[in-house]
Amino acid sequence: MKIACCIKRVPDSETRVKIAADGKSLDEAGVKFVMNPYDEFAVEEALRRKEKAGTGEVVVICLGPAAGQETIRTALAMGADRGVLLQTEKTPADSFETARLIAAELKSGTWDLILFGRMAIDDYNHQVGVIVAELLGLPCVSAVSHLDIEGLKGIAEREIEGGIEVVEFPLPAVLTVDKGLNEPRYPALKGIMAAKKKPLEVKAVRPGAGTIEIAALTPPPERKEGKIVGEGAGAVAELVRLLREEAKVL
Amino acid sequence: MASKFHGVDFYDVDGLLSEEERAIRDTVREWVDEHLMPVIGEAYVAGKFPKQLIPGMAELGLFGANLPEEYGCAGLNNVAYGLIMQELERGDSGVRSFASVQGALVMYPIYTFGSEEQKKEWLPQMASGKVIGCFGLTEPDYGSNPAGMITVAKETKDGWVLNGAKMWITNGSTAQAAIIWAKAGKIDDPDSIRGFIVPTDTKGFSAKDQKGKLSLRASDTSELVLQDVHVPKDAVLPKSGGLKSPLLCLTAARYGIAWGAVGAAMACYDEAVSYSKQRVMFGKPIGGFQLQQARLADMLTEITKAQLLCVQLGRLKDEGKSTPQQVSLAKRNNVNMATDIARETRRLLGANGILAEYQAMRHLANLESVYTYEGTHDVHTLILGQEITGLSAFN
Repeated sequence: MKIACCIKRVPDSETRVKIAADGKSLDEAGVKFVMNPYDEFAVEEALRRKEKAGTGEVVVICLGPAAGQETIRTALAMGADRGVLLQTEKTPADSFETARLIAAELKSGTWDLILFGRMAIDDYNHQVGVIVAELLGLPCVSAVSHLDIEGLKGIAEREIEGGIEVVEFPLPAVLTVDKGLNEPRYPALKGIMAAKKKPLEVKAVRPGAGTIEIAALTPPPERKEGKIVGEGAGAVAELVRLLREEAKVL
Repeated sequence: MASKFHGVDFYDVDGLLSEEERAIRDTVREWVDEHLMPVIGEAYVAGKFPKQLIPGMAELGLFGANLPEEYGCAGLNNVAYGLIMQELERGDSGVRSFASVQGALVMYPIYTFGSEEQKKEWLPQMASGKVIGCFGLTEPDYGSNPAGMITVAKETKDGWVLNGAKMWITNGSTAQAAIIWAKAGKIDDPDSIRGFIVPTDTKGFSAKDQKGKLSLRASDTSELVLQDVHVPKDAVLPKSGGLKSPLLCLTAARYGIAWGAVGAAMACYDEAVSYSKQRVMFGKPIGGFQLQQARLADMLTEITKAQLLCVQLGRLKDEGKSTPQQVSLAKRNNVNMATDIARETRRLLGANGILAEYQAMRHLANLESVYTYEGTHDVHTLILGQEITGLSAFN
């Protein structure tokens, strides 16, 4: 199986981010960057598919700054075979621009599967994978939480409101994957050392201006202080009254 | 409790590390967050080594990580190895001790003093955690003075017969194989000390848990008794000879301890900082009071110094230039500073500091053992004293 995994470098969700002086970007000083957690599911799934097939190649593609090489090497340490960094100074705000560049790169190869994380945890756009599928004219299933592949046919499950949707699709296809699909492995220490020796190609790309501009970033309002109503069963009536009348959530 | 650990790095010590070294450190750190931290408090109180962690540690490649890949090990440099020890001990000294013993006191002597057959037989099984080892040097009456040991190995027609007792043996009851140090010659001749690989199911070999420990409770510490233990000729480590052989192992283990102590200190400092910001007394967080700030400033200073000591020692070791005395200095300094930081954190936390829910008292109790094992603080003082003056205070 030949599988492409498209990954993104994002701020660690535990990092406290600060908005930069321009009011529309993040201050990256002291911020730890990691592989987008949903993309880890994609890499893990690709590796398992390859291991199961016994042959194949897992190629990791990342669009981002030079430091994206580090993110790619994380995937190589997990076991991916080679990486491609589409290097740009700034990750485009417009998902279409990102998708266009990734699709152009994907066109240079042939793939059985192209995997994305369901979304990136920095912009929550849920878009790049599905746009890439459209640009490549391939079938697409988004937010896959369970996957079976038999020959050239795939069966994917998606968690939808109140149930599970089962989707059949032909290969090759583009999937965006959700948590629950698998448990991503830790890169073994040997893998980390081996990653250095695996091929990592860096290609400069130039995203277009796109049609979206970030006008402003604002932090969420500070949470108001909580209130302790009382203790034990005796406090329940008052709690319910406050939830109904004050918080208006019941 | 479940939050991620971010380490302490005031001097951009990360900048002294390679990308791979950082990646290795971060991987182990994450593993400790996810697998060790949720279980360690309970394991400690129960007085049980969390054995269920062994396969995960092996899969990551934590055992004997600085030994070559041809024997199933990760083939890392010594700085990366040190960072592993740091991260494990950030979790618990007992778990770091487990890995130290397996790697530096069991796999290392087999690698260094063993025959090619012994290396091929044992090292891959130990790297994969299938065989756990222990190291028997210390005896009930011979701790700081191992030269006086009275465990003996008598050569027979077809092998060796071992008799004696070993004390304070980490992994002793868990192990499938023990490296036993014994005198093969005259009882007053430390040059006749040799190392033996003894399967722990050999007749006459027994291990007994040492009960009543108030420190390293999440670690297996045992007493070993060898009563007419017959082993074949090829059980001896052929290149071992004299007291210097086990001492070399101790130097290898102490190196990891110097790093490990930094991990324990960082765990405590991290806890102290977050507690001092949250705990409100007299109308403001206690971190706003000068006495607590002095504590925190001292902790950060000592941790930073210890980190730099470790990185440089590791680089020297990788270049083959480090000396046992340099390792003594780092072990002595770092364990002492970590013990102080654990104690100060315990105090900063007030009454909460005595609970297993927090880490400080567990680390403090652990570090009192670390202070004493692998060459006591005092012995390292004398090693340095001898290095400085040329005069030995031992004899």
